[in-house]
Amino acid sequence: MPVSLAGGAIAVAGVAVALRGSRRELDERTALLAGLTAAFVFGAQMLNFPVAGGTSGHLLGGALAAILVGPWTGLLCVSVVLAVQALLFADGGLSALGVNIVLMAIVTVIVGYGVFRGLLRVLPKTRPSAVAASFAGALVSVPASAATFVLLYAVGGTADVPLGTVLSAMLGVHVLIGIGEALITAVTVSSVLAVRPDLVYGARDLARPLELRTSPVETS
Amino acid sequence: MGAGHAHRLYVPGASPVHRLAPQCKLVALLAFVTAVVATPRERMWAFAAYAVLLAAVAAVARIGPGLIARRALIELPFVTFALLLPFVAHGERVSVLGVAVSQDGLWGAWNILAKGTLGVVGSILLAATTEPRALLLGAERLRVPAQLVQIAAFMLRYLDVVAGELARMRVALAARGFEARDVRATRVLARSLGALFLRTYERGERVHLAMLARGYDGRMPATGAVAATPGQWGTAAVLPAAAALVAAAAWMGG
Repeated sequence: MPVSLAGGAIAVAGVAVALRGSRRELDERTALLAGLTAAFVFGAQMLNFPVAGGTSGHLLGGALAAILVGPWTGLLCVSVVLAVQALLFADGGLSALGVNIVLMAIVTVIVGYGVFRGLLRVLPKTRPSAVAASFAGALVSVPASAATFVLLYAVGGTADVPLGTVLSAMLGVHVLIGIGEALITAVTVSSVLAVRPDLVYGARDLARPLELRTSPVETS
Repeated sequence: MGAGHAHRLYVPGASPVHRLAPQCKLVALLAFVTAVVATPRERMWAFAAYAVLLAAVAAVARIGPGLIARRALIELPFVTFALLLPFVAHGERVSVLGVAVSQDGLWGAWNILAKGTLGVVGSILLAATTEPRALLLGAERLRVPAQLVQIAAFMLRYLDVVAGELARMRVALAARGFEARDVRATRVLARSLGALFLRTYERGERVHLAMLARGYDGRMPATGAVAATPGQWGTAAVLPAAAALVAAAAWMGG
């Protein structure tokens, strides 16, 4: 209970900061792109893929949304997805919404986008390196989210479960889920980059500005 | 393009619950869930009382128990997690049906199951009696930041588009003998998702341009009166008030 309250407080603060930050990222199309990304993450979250031993994982989408629409708007997207899922589809539970936003929106966006930008700074500015960076960002974001869950559980868990067991079990499964997440993120980013590079916020500086070439035309 | 007018989750009706202003229902649900979560897990009778309250709301709204049960199936993954707790948790052991399980874990499982189920049923009732569009208007009335409402509006609008494209892709995959068996299937799924994003975006862009051409300026025009009367707030307050009484009673005594 105190954990869900604290989670709620952190979530509200995070969303408030993101609301201010996203004004810088928004142009007239971004609300549309943000809504579409949210719908996309929502749809993709329904697609469960089998991992190992009967458990299955689904896309968290934090890293993907951050790379596509920018970290602030991406955070808003995933938060909206989680809120709508909790309210309308009764998935995840209303009381856990704060914790869910912290885990699946704030942690994945910060870690995923942080790794992505950090790698882009060192890698050569090409499309393959943007794809590789998005792979790494998504891969790291999932175990980071799981580790945060274990941390929260250690602080406020109601049942006395050995921490080491939980941590190793969670991390083991989530590294596998992370590979799935990373593949999906990287392939999505790569196919969008190939067709509509203008839609990938995280790789804007890769786009070469268009040059205006003029050639004299013979007039008679 | 018949989509978007009604939603799969919405059950049309004209009951008092359906007619209640959406913002009242939202606040009532949040207050109810807060009361449920704040209740000590040892007070089993309190959770029974909450269940009776929800059953009363469902009866007034004419939402059948079968529909609620079917939609509550979404909770299943959490149930499996909860059922595992008594076996992995430490602490004092008690014997249930001849199997020694952790007492602490048993309470933990009960806690998750009872509170989770009540919250899930509350959300199901909200979704069944309120159109998503009305819910967005209600959120706007409650001064949820416009950016969030706008993202949510676009999301709900395009959800059917994404779901339709996804369904067509799934049929196409199945027709070609694809089945997600293990991690190697991720490659195919990832490609499909990349294509799905592009297809949906380009379709969404066309819809957006059409909306702009019809004078869209960032918010949907409100067609009906959305202000809630004090009477409506009063009606909506019945559920959380009763829940608060139960919670208070649970805290005071046994």
